[in-house]
Amino acid sequence: MALAIILVLLVVGSVLFHFLSPWYLTPIASNWNYIDDTLTITFIVCGIVFVAINFFMAYCVYRYRYRKDRRAAYEPENKRMEWWLTVFTTVGVIAMLAPGLFVWAKYVEVPDNARLVEAVGQQWKWSYRYPGADGILGTVDIRHMDGRNPFGMNPDDPNGQDDVLVNGPEIHLPLGSPIKMLLRSKDVLHDFYVPQIRAKMDLVPGMITYFWFTPTRAGRYDVLCAELCGTGHYTMRSHMVLEEESAFNAWLATQPTFADTQAVKVASAGGSLAEQGRQVAESQGCIGCHSIDGSPSVGPTWKGLAGRTETLADGSTVVVDDEYLMESISVPNASIVAGYPPIMPPYQLDEGEMAALIAYLNSL
Amino acid sequence: MAMTDVAHDAVDYVRPAEVAEEALYHPKTWLGKYVFSQDAKIIALQYSMTAMAVGLIALLLSVLMRLQLGFPGVFSFITPDAYIQFVTMHGMIMVIYLLTALFLGGFGNYLIPLMVGARDMVFPYVNMVSYWVYLFAVLLLLASFFVPGGPTGSGWTLYPPQTILPGTPGADWGILLMLISLAFFVIGFTMGGLNYVVTVLQARTRGMSLMRLPLTVWGIFMATILALLAFPALLVSAVMMTLDSVLGTSFFMPAIVSMGQTLDYSGGSPVLFQHLFWFFGHPEVYIVALPAFGIVSELISVHARKNIFGYRLMVWAIVVIGGLSFVVWAHHMYVSGMNPYFGFFFATTTLIIAVPTAIKVYNWVLTLWRGNIRLTVPMLFAIAFVFTFINGGLTGIFLGNVIVDIPLSDTYFVVAHFHMVMAVSPVLAVFGAVYHWYPKITGRMLNETLGKFHFWVTFVGLYCIYYPMHYLGILGVPRRYYATGVTDFIPESAQVMNAGISIAAIIVASTQLVFLYNLAVSTTRGKPAGDNPWGATTLEWQTATTPPSHGNFGKELPLVYRWAYDYSVPGAKEDFIPQNVPASGDTGDAR
Ligand code: HEM
Ligand SMILES: [Cu+2]
Ligand SMILES: [Cu+2]
Repeated sequence: MALAIILVLLVVGSVLFHFLSPWYLTPIASNWNYIDDTLTITFIVCGIVFVAINFFMAYCVYRYRYRKDRRAAYEPENKRMEWWLTVFTTVGVIAMLAPGLFVWAKYVEVPDNARLVEAVGQQWKWSYRYPGADGILGTVDIRHMDGRNPFGMNPDDPNGQDDVLVNGPEIHLPLGSPIKMLLRSKDVLHDFYVPQIRAKMDLVPGMITYFWFTPTRAGRYDVLCAELCGTGHYTMRSHMVLEEESAFNAWLATQPTFADTQAVKVASAGGSLAEQGRQVAESQGCIGCHSIDGSPSVGPTWKGLAGRTETLADGSTVVVDDEYLMESISVPNASIVAGYPPIMPPYQLDEGEMAALIAYLNSL
Repeated sequence: MAMTDVAHDAVDYVRPAEVAEEALYHPKTWLGKYVFSQDAKIIALQYSMTAMAVGLIALLLSVLMRLQLGFPGVFSFITPDAYIQFVTMHGMIMVIYLLTALFLGGFGNYLIPLMVGARDMVFPYVNMVSYWVYLFAVLLLLASFFVPGGPTGSGWTLYPPQTILPGTPGADWGILLMLISLAFFVIGFTMGGLNYVVTVLQARTRGMSLMRLPLTVWGIFMATILALLAFPALLVSAVMMTLDSVLGTSFFMPAIVSMGQTLDYSGGSPVLFQHLFWFFGHPEVYIVALPAFGIVSELISVHARKNIFGYRLMVWAIVVIGGLSFVVWAHHMYVSGMNPYFGFFFATTTLIIAVPTAIKVYNWVLTLWRGNIRLTVPMLFAIAFVFTFINGGLTGIFLGNVIVDIPLSDTYFVVAHFHMVMAVSPVLAVFGAVYHWYPKITGRMLNETLGKFHFWVTFVGLYCIYYPMHYLGILGVPRRYYATGVTDFIPESAQVMNAGISIAAIIVASTQLVFLYNLAVSTTRGKPAGDNPWGATTLEWQTATTPPSHGNFGKELPLVYRWAYDYSVPGAKEDFIPQNVPASGDTGDAR
């Protein structure tokens, strides 16, 4: 008896929860309403089955509870009923699969007029590349990647010179036209995920993956990484700004092209200590997470770091001096700057490298 | 009156066994009897206790994860590294080292020989070695908690390249221990698995045709075949990844710039690993599900005092599900970057599996229908299994239907789904099975009051943990996240839910202590059970002694005259007729 009641209550509770709880799909911002529709169909079919079978089970538990003077029925087989149930289930499955595959066919066919945009993932940040005026993305290769060429652009490819490189925290896209997102990873698997777009896809090092969508609703949305990519996985964030074509174009014009980034002369002091430090920072991968131009990133920016007063996670403050810098490099979790995740790995550097790094940090 | 025309598939004469008693190895020492034992029943207990011990560790890890998720930042010892290490070890232990080992090594060893009417497994020595290799694999795995860098934190899926690169905890030592441990697990399992298969095929007693096998044996048998075919894929991927990590080969490693450094790898394919992993990983789901299916069929039939509905179809469903489970693996990879046209194929095969699976569910429920249902503790767990399995099976249709999976993949919807279907359901089946067979194993009943308490808290608690979690996933919260921090689309109320889930998890986890207490205390203080306390038909309840002695059946092996489900046969004196009762003997003097 108690079991029958609890089963009924769980079913009723589940259905009520579905309709009353505040947690459901985020308002959609792309053309993939189809996905939401198939989800709804699936919910309806599965919901009916869920309620029907469980109510029937609760009924049986109650109606056929043990009585000493009763015998259960003896019916080893009932072919007719088994056939009916099989047919009925098959029909239900087709009702869900057919619309699903229909929408999938749209999902895999990228419209010819889709604009190309590339998202590049690395532990643990996003950057973006647009094809520039010629509409063609230049070729890239892991071998070309270094601190001055984080996108690994092929310097000899004329198509790449006008590519717009966004090494910052936002991707902007114009409303209304289909976008083909090309996805490229430098290191491990990631997944470009914006819940409001519905579509998502993994980034796989060694290959270019893609998906497409048409932005339909202006706004600023969280970009997350949905494929486990190490300690800082949960901090791999960015924002997607969907806006009118004109606003988008204005924004794009403010971003540097590949040629621009190469033209800027680094204030290279030859073999100076700070220059050696720059090389250490590059080869150790520090710049994956720390910017040198003040832009926000996974870790605090290095611009103006020396001498700055940082507030730590425990609320205390500290003035950044050489000692603090050294500690932060070799035992990062000893003091965490407020607002940043404790994900930096400890680095074992020799004295020379450390001195060079400190000199470099002081020079920024 | 001859009952032959009433009882399904019962005969009067079966040729007696040619060899009445096999020559078994009889150990002379205590060590040979209880430690290096070759008796499947002792090996079963060794497997079960080891599996439950590591399972407790995995349970503890899940509580730690829930502490972090429910109350982020409160427990400072749970760092982001520690969190994903917990996630990884929890998942791997639960799936492989607990459930696979418990269902096949534990229940398989105990029940197969008894239920098919054999004296022991066919290769008792190999069977013993199998356990010791398993134990070694477990110790290797646990050792990874104590090496520099700790255990691997790459997720139980161990996806390269991150698995062996800095940026993931345990990338040097932890992962190596994990891979080597898995390799040993597979080796140990293969020894046991071949044994189970050969025993079912060759050592059944006279009259025990395949179509008279209890469904429990069918489930374990088919799961073992799946495991024998699927584990090699895991083994080779573990070996290849070890080579990538230690020798610098590039099976799974393309050209990479990791943390600013260009690595020496080039040309490998991370997606190849995923194919290998899921070629193993999907059948793995059924390796833990099929034994649960079988066990639950048994429990429902026995305690509803009614024959299982549609036995033949139940057997075929197990076989078909087993076969199909090898052609659906890439439904775990819809967003992996594989050729998107694969989606059509794998969505179709996946949804086809829904049909035989649904048939199993119908048949369980139809077995209850017009039954005479005793709500014993095993029966409560069996019904709870059906309930949660329906839930988890239905959400599987969401994730199998490729386009619906796209928004849900890698979110908490997935976590909720697979816990319902391959964590909660099989665990409920395990509990049901323990309450059901404990009287045979120890000769004593488990305490029923404690059992009911354990049942209610576990069943309702687990549902409260996982049902709401689906909605976090629909909202878009990604899985394997240490914290969600400030995220615009996640309302603050989600954190309230998370805290609630964590509290439920802690309650459920601590209630398992009651179960352990019951297990321990009832060995000496439980009510004496007698030979056949549930009035069941299958052979394990017809042994000469309880617990069964070495050799299982005393002097003569039982002969089988009928199928395993003669409950409430019209005209019979009792409401069950054991399998070893001839057709004309069912009018009452059976026992
Ligand atoms: C009280 C019981 C349990 C609780 C509270 C629990 C909780 C959790 C939590 C919080 C996660 C991590 C979610 C994330 O961050 O993505 C997780 C992952 C997982 N759990 Fe459980 N779990 C339980 C039982 C089980 C059982 C019995 C199994 C057996 C199959 C299981 C298998 C897994 C797997 C495979 C993962 C995924 C690991 C990964 O993402 O790599 N869990 N569980
Ligand atoms: Cu990532
Ligand atoms: Cu699967």
